[in-house]
Amino acid sequence: MNALPLLWLIPMLPLAGAIVNGVLAGKLPRRVVSAIGTGTVGIAFLIAAACFLEILRLPAGERVFVQQLYSWIDSGDLHVPVRFALDPLSAVMMLVVTGVGFLIHVYSTGYMGHEKAYGRYFSYLNLFTFAMLVLVMADNFLLMFFGWEGVGLCSYLLIGFWYDRPSAAAAGKKAFIVNRIGDWGFLIGMLLVFVAFGTLDFGRVFAEAPERLAFGSGMATAIALFLFLGATGKSAQIPLYVWLPDAMEGPTPVSALIHAATMVTAGVYMIARCHILYALSPTALTVVAAVGAATALFAATIALVQKDIKRVLAYSTVSQLGYMFLAMGVGAYASGIFHLMTHAFFKALLFLGAGSVIHALSGEQDMDRMGGLKPHLPRTHAAMLVGTLAIAGIFPLSGFFSKDEILWNAWRNGGPGLWTVGVIGAFLTSFYMFRLYFMTFHGPMRVTEEAKHHLHESPSSMTLPLMVLALLAIVGGFVQIPLVAGAQRLDAFLGPVFADVARVTGEIAQAGGAHVGGAAPAEHQPLLETALMAISLLVALAGLYLARKFYVTDPALPGRMGETARGFYKLLWEKYRVDELYDRRIVQPIVRGSERLWHDFDAGVIDGAVNGIGRQIERGAALLRTVQTGYVQVYALILTLGLVVVLGYLALR
Amino acid sequence: MTIAGLPILSLLIFLPLAGAAVVLLLPSAKTGAIRWTAFAISVLTFLASIPLWTAFDTARRGMQFEEQRPWVAGLGITYHLGVDGISALLILMTTFLSAIAILSSFSSITNRVKSYMATLLVLETGMIGVFASLDLVLFYIFWEAVLIPMYLIIGVWGGPRRIYAAVKFILYTVAGSLLMLVAILYLYFAYHAAFGQYTFDLMRLYQTPMPGSAQLWLFAAFALAFAIKVPMFPFHTWLPDAHVEAPTAGSVILAGVLLKMGTYGFVRFAMPLFPEATHVFAPWIIALAVVGIIYGALVAMVQRDVKKLVAYSSVSHLGFVMLGLFALNTHGIQGSVLQMVNHGLSTGALFLAVGIIYERRHTREISEFGGLSSVLPWFAALFLIICLSSLGLPGLNGFVGEFLILLGAFRMDTLASAMASRVVTGIAATGVILAAVYLLWMYERVMFGPVTNEKNRGLKDLSPREFWTLAPVIALILWIGVFPNPFLRRLDTSAAELMERVNARMIATDTYHAPVAGALPGLAVAAAPGRVSAPAPAPAEAARP
Repeated sequence: MNALPLLWLIPMLPLAGAIVNGVLAGKLPRRVVSAIGTGTVGIAFLIAAACFLEILRLPAGERVFVQQLYSWIDSGDLHVPVRFALDPLSAVMMLVVTGVGFLIHVYSTGYMGHEKAYGRYFSYLNLFTFAMLVLVMADNFLLMFFGWEGVGLCSYLLIGFWYDRPSAAAAGKKAFIVNRIGDWGFLIGMLLVFVAFGTLDFGRVFAEAPERLAFGSGMATAIALFLFLGATGKSAQIPLYVWLPDAMEGPTPVSALIHAATMVTAGVYMIARCHILYALSPTALTVVAAVGAATALFAATIALVQKDIKRVLAYSTVSQLGYMFLAMGVGAYASGIFHLMTHAFFKALLFLGAGSVIHALSGEQDMDRMGGLKPHLPRTHAAMLVGTLAIAGIFPLSGFFSKDEILWNAWRNGGPGLWTVGVIGAFLTSFYMFRLYFMTFHGPMRVTEEAKHHLHESPSSMTLPLMVLALLAIVGGFVQIPLVAGAQRLDAFLGPVFADVARVTGEIAQAGGAHVGGAAPAEHQPLLETALMAISLLVALAGLYLARKFYVTDPALPGRMGETARGFYKLLWEKYRVDELYDRRIVQPIVRGSERLWHDFDAGVIDGAVNGIGRQIERGAALLRTVQTGYVQVYALILTLGLVVVLGYLALR
Repeated sequence: MTIAGLPILSLLIFLPLAGAAVVLLLPSAKTGAIRWTAFAISVLTFLASIPLWTAFDTARRGMQFEEQRPWVAGLGITYHLGVDGISALLILMTTFLSAIAILSSFSSITNRVKSYMATLLVLETGMIGVFASLDLVLFYIFWEAVLIPMYLIIGVWGGPRRIYAAVKFILYTVAGSLLMLVAILYLYFAYHAAFGQYTFDLMRLYQTPMPGSAQLWLFAAFALAFAIKVPMFPFHTWLPDAHVEAPTAGSVILAGVLLKMGTYGFVRFAMPLFPEATHVFAPWIIALAVVGIIYGALVAMVQRDVKKLVAYSSVSHLGFVMLGLFALNTHGIQGSVLQMVNHGLSTGALFLAVGIIYERRHTREISEFGGLSSVLPWFAALFLIICLSSLGLPGLNGFVGEFLILLGAFRMDTLASAMASRVVTGIAATGVILAAVYLLWMYERVMFGPVTNEKNRGLKDLSPREFWTLAPVIALILWIGVFPNPFLRRLDTSAAELMERVNARMIATDTYHAPVAGALPGLAVAAAPGRVSAPAPAPAEAARP
C-alpha cells in the first residue's frame, strides 16, 4: 500500500489527540489519556516510516512528495496554501520528531504518572508534536512560521506546566518573549523574501534564488541574517540563548523532547531548508559559523561548574546546537543534520536518564546530593553511561561520527581557527559530561536521608524508552561512516536536497571566486582526516581522564581549583552574568521608561493639555456667567458700552 | 434583498430600535424577562444580518443591498443605505458583538436593567446605521446618535469616576465631529458649485472635483474626527478612562465597534473623498500609527489595572490598522479591515474575560490576583486563547491581519523610499514582541503562581452562560485564524475600489488636472467658496495637450 496519501495524518493525529485530551481533560481515565497521547504519535511515526520507505523506492533525485490540504491565506498576489512536503530532509526530521517523540510520550506515562493534570500534560505534548511536524513539513515560509510559533507556544505551556511555581511561570514567559524577539527577525526575513521573490513557497524561492539574488548581494545577506536571528531565538544561540537554561523548570520529559531533541533544532533545520539562501551570502555563513562556534565554546564553559544536573544538560544542549550551526556556517548542511539526529538520540537519552535519577531521588536535581547511585539504578546508569560516551565523542558511538564530521568540515571549509574552537569545545564537553556522570553515579553517596528512603529504579515505562534510545545512541552514527567508500548513507540520502548549492558554488568556482562553504568537491585527504579524528578522540579521552581525576580519584581537587581561580569560577558559576546584564541594560530601562511615558507624558502632557483646555473653558464660562446677572439695566449698559466701542473704533479707524 | 417584505439594511437598523421599545414596555421588575427579550432581539438581529454574509456577491463591484429613497428632497438628503464587503463585515461584527454584549450583562447589571437593555439596543441601531449609511447627513446623524447611548452607558452604569469619563468621552468626540460637520457642508457646496446640484449622497460626492489645498483642510477635518474615535496617538487619552469606567458590555462595544467607526470613517469618507490629501497626509498618519503601536504597547505594559492594560493595547492594535490602511495597497487594506474585525473579537473577548473576574472580585488590580489558573481552569484556558489571539499567534485571527498589514506596509509606496517603508515596518513589527510582553506578563501575574490572596481561593469557574458568551467569540477567532479566505474574499473588490479611488484620482490630478479644470470653466474657483482658493493651473501645463 502506498502510504504517501496519508502524509497529512502525520501532523493531524497528534492534533486530534491534543484536542481530545485537552477538551476532555479530567474526564478520561488515565489509561485512555495515555493511549490517546502515545497512540497518536506512535501511529504518526508508523505512517512517517512508511512514507520514508515509500520515497526510498524512488530514484534519488525524485524523492519529493507534496500534498496540499487547502488555501490558507490568499490576498492580492500572496498565496499561502497549507501544503506539506516530504523530501529526504523533512523525512529525517519527521522520523526524529515522531520517533523520539513517541519514546518520550511513553516515558511520560511513567514519569508523570502521579501528576494531577495528566490530561493537560498529554494535550500539550501532542499539540507540540503537531506544531513541530507542521514546522518540518511546511512547504512555505508562512506555514513554517505557524509551526515555528506553535512550538514556541507549547514550549511556553510546558515550561510553565507547574504554573503555581512562580519560577516556572516566569521561565515560560521568558522563553516565549525571547523567542518572539527571534521571531521578529524571522518575520522580517519572510517579508524580505516576499519582496524579493513575490512568493513564500519554498519550491519557487529556492529554485529562483540563484537567479534572483546576486551572490553576496545585500538582499541575500539581509534575508539570511534576519532568518538567522529567528534561529538564534528558537535554537538558543548567542545572544538569545538565555531562555533555554530557565526552561528546565518544565517537566524533564519536556526538556528531553522540546528543549533537547526537537524544537531547539528547528533553527538548524530552517537553515538547512533555506541553505541556498545562505550559500548566496558568504557574510551570513560566516556569521552563522562564528555564532555557532562561539556558542559551542561559551555554553560549554558554563556547563563546567553547574551543579544542577538538568542545567548542565541545558548548557550542553546550547553548546551542541552551536556545533550544528557551525556545520551550517561552513556549508556542511548534511553534517549538521547528522549531528541533529544523533544529538536527538543521545541528548534525549541523557535527559530522560537524568529524569530517571531525579525521579528516583524524589525530585532532587543537585548533583552535590547525588553520587554512588550506580548500584541502585543499574539500568539508568547504563543508559546514562551510553549517553555520556556518545556525546563525548568516544568511538564508535554516534556522537563520535557526527561531531567528527562537523570538525572535519570546519577544518576543510572554515579553517583551523574554527576547528580549534570546536576541538576545545569537544574537550570541555567530554569533561563536563563525565563530571556529571561521575558526580551522579560514582564516589560516595551524598543523597539526603529522605531521598535515600524512597530510592528506587524507575518503572519499565521509563527504562524501556531509555534502552531504545541507548541503542540508537550507539548505532545512530553508523549511517554515516567516514573514509569507507559507500558508507556515507545519510549523505547520499540527503545529498539531492543540498545538491543545488553547486549551482551557486559552481558558478563561483568558474568565476575563480573564493572558496565558499558547501558542496566543495570532497578532495580526499584521508590521512589528514584520520589525524584530526585521532586528535578529537584523544581530546575526548583527556576529558574523561580529567573528570575522573577530579571527581573520583582526587575529589578535593575541584575545591582547590575553585579556590585558586576564584574569580573565574564565580564568573562561570554565575553564567557570565548575562541575564543580569540584559535585565539591567534592556529590561529595566524599558520598564522604567514606559512608567515615565505613562505618568509624565500620557497623564502629564496629553491629558494635562486636554484637562487644561477643559479648565480654561470652564473658567471662561464662569467669567461669562458673572455677566449674566439677569438685570436688564446691566445688559443695556453692556450693549451701550459695546456700541460705543464699535462706533469709536469705526470713527477712529 | 428583503426579509418579510423589509429591505434588509433597514430591517437591521430598526429591529433593535423597535426591540428597545418593546423592552421599555415590559414591567421594570421583571428583569429576567427584560434580559431574555433584549437578548432574543439581538440574536434575531444577528440572524437577520447573516444574509449580508450568505447573499453577498464577492465578485460584484460597488454597493450591495442598496436602498435609496428621498428624504429631505429640497436639501438633497436621501435615505441611502448600502454595503460593500468592508461595511458588511463590520455590520456582521456589530450584530454579533451586540448579542454577546447583552448576554454578558445578565449578571453584571442589576440596577435599571430595563433602561440599560433599551439603551444597548438603541446603540446597536446607531452603530449599524453608521456602517450602512451612504448619505452624509444620514451618516452624521447616526454617528452622533451613537454618542448618546454610549454616554449613558458609561455615565449611568459605569464605575466610580464615570461622570468624568463620560464627559471626557463625549467632549473629545464632539470636538472632532463638529469640524467634520463643517467639512461635510463645505463638500456639499463644492459639489453644487461643480455640478449645480445639491446632494449629500456619498456616491455622487465622490465625484466632486476638489483642488488639492481644499482637500488638505477637508481631509484634516474629517481625519481629526476619525482619529479621535480610533483613537490614534495622541488623541487617545479618553479611551483608558472610558474603558475603566464603562461596564463590561460598554467596553466590549466601545472597543469592538465604536473604535472601528473611526477607522471605517477613513476608509469610507476621508480617503476616497480626498485622495490627494490622503497621499499628502499618509506619511504623517503612518508615523502616528507606528508611534501609537509602540507607545500603546509600552504604556499597556506598565498598567496595574487589567482593563486599562487592555485599553492601551487597543491603541497599539489600532495603530496597526491605521498603518495598513495608509499603506494603500491590497495587503495593507485587506489586512486592516480584517484586523478591525479581529480586534473587535479579541479585545472584545479580553474585556469579557476581565469582566468575568471583576464580577467575582470587584477589582481589576493585577496585584489583587495571582494563581487563578488553579481555581478557574476553564476560564484560564479560554482567557489564554484570547490573549494569544490578541498577541497575534499564527493559527488564530490576529496573526492573519497583522501579517497582511506588515506585508502591505513593507511594500508600500506612500513613503519616500522602499527603505523607509521597511524600516518603519520593522519598527512597527516590534509591537508584536511587546504584545507578547504585556499580555503574557499580565497573564502570569493574574493566572499563574500560587494563590496568595485568600479572596481568590473560593472563586467559581465559568458559569454555562459565561462559557457560552466566550465560546462563540473563540470559535470565530479560530475560524479566521485557520481559514480566513472567506473573509478576505469579501474584501477583494472593496479594497480594489478604494485603491482605485485613492490612487486614480491622484494620477488624474497629476496629469490631467489642468485640462479637467479647463473643461469645466470656473470650477476651480467656484468649488472653493471659502477661504481656500484653488491653485491656478500653470499656463504651461494648461497648454499641454
